[in-house]
Amino acid sequence: MRWAFADGWTMTRRDILHWSRQPGPVIVGLLFPVLMVVMFGYLFGGAMAVPGGGDGYREFILPGMFAMTMAFGLEATMIAVTADAAKGVTDRFRSMPMAPSAVVTGRAGADMLNSVLGLVVIMLAGLLVGWRAHTGPLSVLAAVGLLLLLRFALLWLGIFLGLVIKGPESVLAVQILVWPVTFLSNTFVAPGTMPGWLGTIAEWNPLSSTVAATRHLFGNPSWGGGSWLTEHATPMAVAWPVLLIAIFFPLSVRRFQRLSR
Amino acid sequence: MIRTEGLCKRFGEKVALDQVDLTVAAGTVHGLLGPNGAGKTTVVRILTTLLRPDAGHASVAGFDAVTAAGQVRAHIGLVGQHTAVDEALSARQNLELFGRLYHLSAGAARTRAGDLLARFALADAGRKPVSQFSGGMRRRLDLAASLILRPRVLFLDEPTAGLDPRGRNEVWESVRALVREGTTVLLTTQYLDEADQLAGAVSVIDHGRVIAEGSPAALKSRLGGDRLDVVLHDAAELPAAVAVLARVAGAEPETDPDNRRLSTPVTDPLTALADAVHALREADLTVEDIGLRRPTLDEVFLHLSGDRKEEVPA
Repeated sequence: MRWAFADGWTMTRRDILHWSRQPGPVIVGLLFPVLMVVMFGYLFGGAMAVPGGGDGYREFILPGMFAMTMAFGLEATMIAVTADAAKGVTDRFRSMPMAPSAVVTGRAGADMLNSVLGLVVIMLAGLLVGWRAHTGPLSVLAAVGLLLLLRFALLWLGIFLGLVIKGPESVLAVQILVWPVTFLSNTFVAPGTMPGWLGTIAEWNPLSSTVAATRHLFGNPSWGGGSWLTEHATPMAVAWPVLLIAIFFPLSVRRFQRLSR
Repeated sequence: MIRTEGLCKRFGEKVALDQVDLTVAAGTVHGLLGPNGAGKTTVVRILTTLLRPDAGHASVAGFDAVTAAGQVRAHIGLVGQHTAVDEALSARQNLELFGRLYHLSAGAARTRAGDLLARFALADAGRKPVSQFSGGMRRRLDLAASLILRPRVLFLDEPTAGLDPRGRNEVWESVRALVREGTTVLLTTQYLDEADQLAGAVSVIDHGRVIAEGSPAALKSRLGGDRLDVVLHDAAELPAAVAVLARVAGAEPETDPDNRRLSTPVTDPLTALADAVHALREADLTVEDIGLRRPTLDEVFLHLSGDRKEEVPA
């Protein structure tokens, strides 16, 4: 127990060493959402009508981009977990007299650090293209907190999937699925503009609650539907991640213990 | 130093281990010899606390591998089938990382990493990422990483699989050096040759059961030692050649008509070879190839699994 924290930190530092030795993938990972901002903000943005007009669409999508950046982190977590398991690195750690939890807490620490960095980069990019928070510092902090809470929930989903999945083909399948799941939300367009059944699915997407709540907390425009989910976006943006953690944290722990079956 | 009693493990329907008993004395090298899927890795995984047995006991360095897994981990080193080091980091960073996880202080981890890099001739490559290493260098780093705590027991799971002859020799040399320092080694291998080179005692394992045990020399003598092989030019001359070899070797040779091959065990290989060459020429038979060879691993398993069937009444 005494070593759980120290070992977790050593494992986190291992990932930070990766970043400094192979900065390429990290930089691409950080800049990809920025590219998406440019693409959606300027390429498609002209064709989108939003309340407020002018810079309105960029003000509208940036909270969505923040949430999407968090969602894409899922892939990084999953790939790192699968790679260690496949290469036998996880086995080496498990045969060592270190705190067993460090394998997981180290991953959590590194991925959360990376996500904070990613969030800073995309928010700076947002400021450059005209996005602004129109509320006080407390609201902004609350919004950032909700975004990181979503990332933390997806971390456990990622660890679980990484332990379940075998082989690069399945990793690819999950990577592809992340896209429609992120897009099938209120990130880019209002669910109200979709066919009824699709709009309902988009509203129930946990990502939508985080996006709606952060739009509200940043004071950015939103297409408020009238539904119960939209009205209670902020509590739902807490409830969804908590539910995901409640499901996938114990599942991940169990999966990890089952490695010895 | 290592002891298992009645170790059993199944994966679903498949029985991986069936009542495996194993005793390895301190300071010796014990070889686990067997084909793919025989259960060698399962034994290693149980002894290194990675897997729980379904039944039976396993202890390492005096600690139970299930109930005292933590103490076992503090006394063992594991070199698994796949190189388990971080490809993105350098050799030094890997060793320092593992050193810290073995709870050495930052300074001690750095010193130990330096010692091990020098010992395994990796000092020059200390800063390169492991992804640029040759197979032999990776294995050496893998071995170095498992020696950080100077373990009393070292587990090597097919340590030379996929290495070229030079890499194989490097690993063998390192293992011999460790044994001289008193480390106990459990080694799994598919190669009789490797067990012969390193191990003082061997357990042959097949289908999850230990089917033979003893020194490599004793196992080989059970197989009847060397064999004399003759390949004829013309299959029609087989009966004549059988008669000649039977006279020289004192036993009826096995024949393989499709390949025009005869094979017979010999006790005094060089004399038998010289006599056979002479006698075949006298008989005016055209020989394409003649030579001595050691029993192959296939023959070891055929022979030993044959023994087992005889022991178990049907």
